[in-house]
Amino acid sequence: MSCAQTIADYALRSVGIGERLLPRSDFTLCQQFTLIGSGMIWNVYFGLFALFFGFFLATAVAMGKSARNPLIRKPAEWFIFIFRGSPLFIQFFFAYFAFLSLKSVSPFFDAFTSAWLGALIVLFLNTAAYSGEIFYGALRSIPRGDVEAADAYGFSGWTRFRRIIWPTMLRLAWPAYTNEAIFLFHATTLVFFSGFPAFQQRGDALYYANYFADKTFNPFVPYPILAGYFILLTLALIGVFGLVNRHLNRHLPQEARRPLRVRPNVIR
Amino acid sequence: MFSFCTDPSILPDWQWMACYLTTGKHMAFYVSFGTVLLLLAITAPVSLGFGFLGAMAARARLWPVRILGRAYIAVVRGVPDIAFFLFFVIALDQAFEWLRHKVLCPDWDQPIRQGNDFVVCAEAKLPLGTAPQWIHETYGFGLAVLTFAIVFGAFAANVIFGAMRTVPRAQMETAEAYGMTRRQSFWRILVPQMWVYALPGLSNLWMILIKATPLLFLLGVEDIVYWARELGGAKTPRFTDYPHPDWRMWYFLALLVFYLAFTKLSEIVLERLMQRLTHGQATMGGEAQRKAAA
Repeated sequence: MSCAQTIADYALRSVGIGERLLPRSDFTLCQQFTLIGSGMIWNVYFGLFALFFGFFLATAVAMGKSARNPLIRKPAEWFIFIFRGSPLFIQFFFAYFAFLSLKSVSPFFDAFTSAWLGALIVLFLNTAAYSGEIFYGALRSIPRGDVEAADAYGFSGWTRFRRIIWPTMLRLAWPAYTNEAIFLFHATTLVFFSGFPAFQQRGDALYYANYFADKTFNPFVPYPILAGYFILLTLALIGVFGLVNRHLNRHLPQEARRPLRVRPNVIR
Repeated sequence: MFSFCTDPSILPDWQWMACYLTTGKHMAFYVSFGTVLLLLAITAPVSLGFGFLGAMAARARLWPVRILGRAYIAVVRGVPDIAFFLFFVIALDQAFEWLRHKVLCPDWDQPIRQGNDFVVCAEAKLPLGTAPQWIHETYGFGLAVLTFAIVFGAFAANVIFGAMRTVPRAQMETAEAYGMTRRQSFWRILVPQMWVYALPGLSNLWMILIKATPLLFLLGVEDIVYWARELGGAKTPRFTDYPHPDWRMWYFLALLVFYLAFTKLSEIVLERLMQRLTHGQATMGGEAQRKAAA
């Protein structure tokens, strides 16, 4: 079987398009590259959506944690503590089994037990908590002078938040937020190892890498391929976040702009 | 466990619960919490050692060593850690068996990789096929510890490498002015001073290490996740004296609470430690303490 044929068969295998059966023996390098790459679709899907929705919740949580009213502050603090204080792996397991028991109560929860929604919700809440803490730290380090200047110009309420506080918070938080985004993409590899079933063997990149390693008993091919894909993904993320960083810092004098420093990878 | 546990089906609720929670399997579940703590207790110092070696290598003068140290830090940190866990467990196992194979069976002529199999001679198998069960379990646990230590060693190496660079340059210059050799100034000046700078990063790492322990499950060790899945699953009266529906959710809730309590406790202890270490230091923290006292 030629490599082009393999790509046609397996490039979209992880979303259920193409050849139904996974290769069972005589694995070629091309098959491993294609299937693991196909699995990356899931990693990108989970990462992008969790990051996008999590961003808004994170802003809300950060505002909540810095609120003076304890009725708002306490829930935000607890939310952050619960999701940052426990392993993501256990959160996945708990959420999966919780959705499973809810499923027997009402068919409304059917979709929640499959990875595309259930795991996405866990990742969304998790990244919201981690980014919320980052944004909260940034909120606290907004220079007093900036806020005073806003007051002097007659900004108040929503406009002051929208025009002054929020952009400054993002600018200060951006390097740490970039790291968080990278961790999040790495964390998506946990999904199919934590209860959520890979329906018809539609898994993510690590799922397929693990499949090949189990079948060939040779970890030295699939895992480096997976690592290569993730390094590419990380570089792409750094590129995109670097562009945003430049946009956020565009008003600063040239030498005050700090280039983005990235320290990837922390397990959660 | 208790004398009234002989026929659980007729017991009132609280007694049933007391009996249920003290069955032999539950005892194994409680012991597995000890496994997690043991893993932490061994892994933390070992990975600190790996980290120290890595940091030393990364700032070595000899360039091959320096490249090796920096590559170790960069590669492990750039790839999803769970991939490393899955990779190292097999890779280390095969590496050990291959080494033993080379030493113990020098006149073996067949290839080691035969299609999808990894074949070494019987004497080189690790652990030996005849070994008792506990050796198999210990070997698996040892592999897990080594894997954790390699991955977390890279993180620790990065923290320590950074801390070594944060020690004020003037301190090292003074050491040179006193005529200390590079080695002397490293061991007598740099190493004792860097810990204050390394502590925030290392305590962060400790938190991460705690949260990485459930991954033991993926390495094939019978840890708390394994038992929670095992015990929580629905049980029918045919196979057990204590039938119950699917309780895995509650077991994982218990694990969640355990981890939350553990991280909270660590946070408090590390905060105390930091307070003590910053005392009298020429840092912002030390300055704040001095002002508060005055």
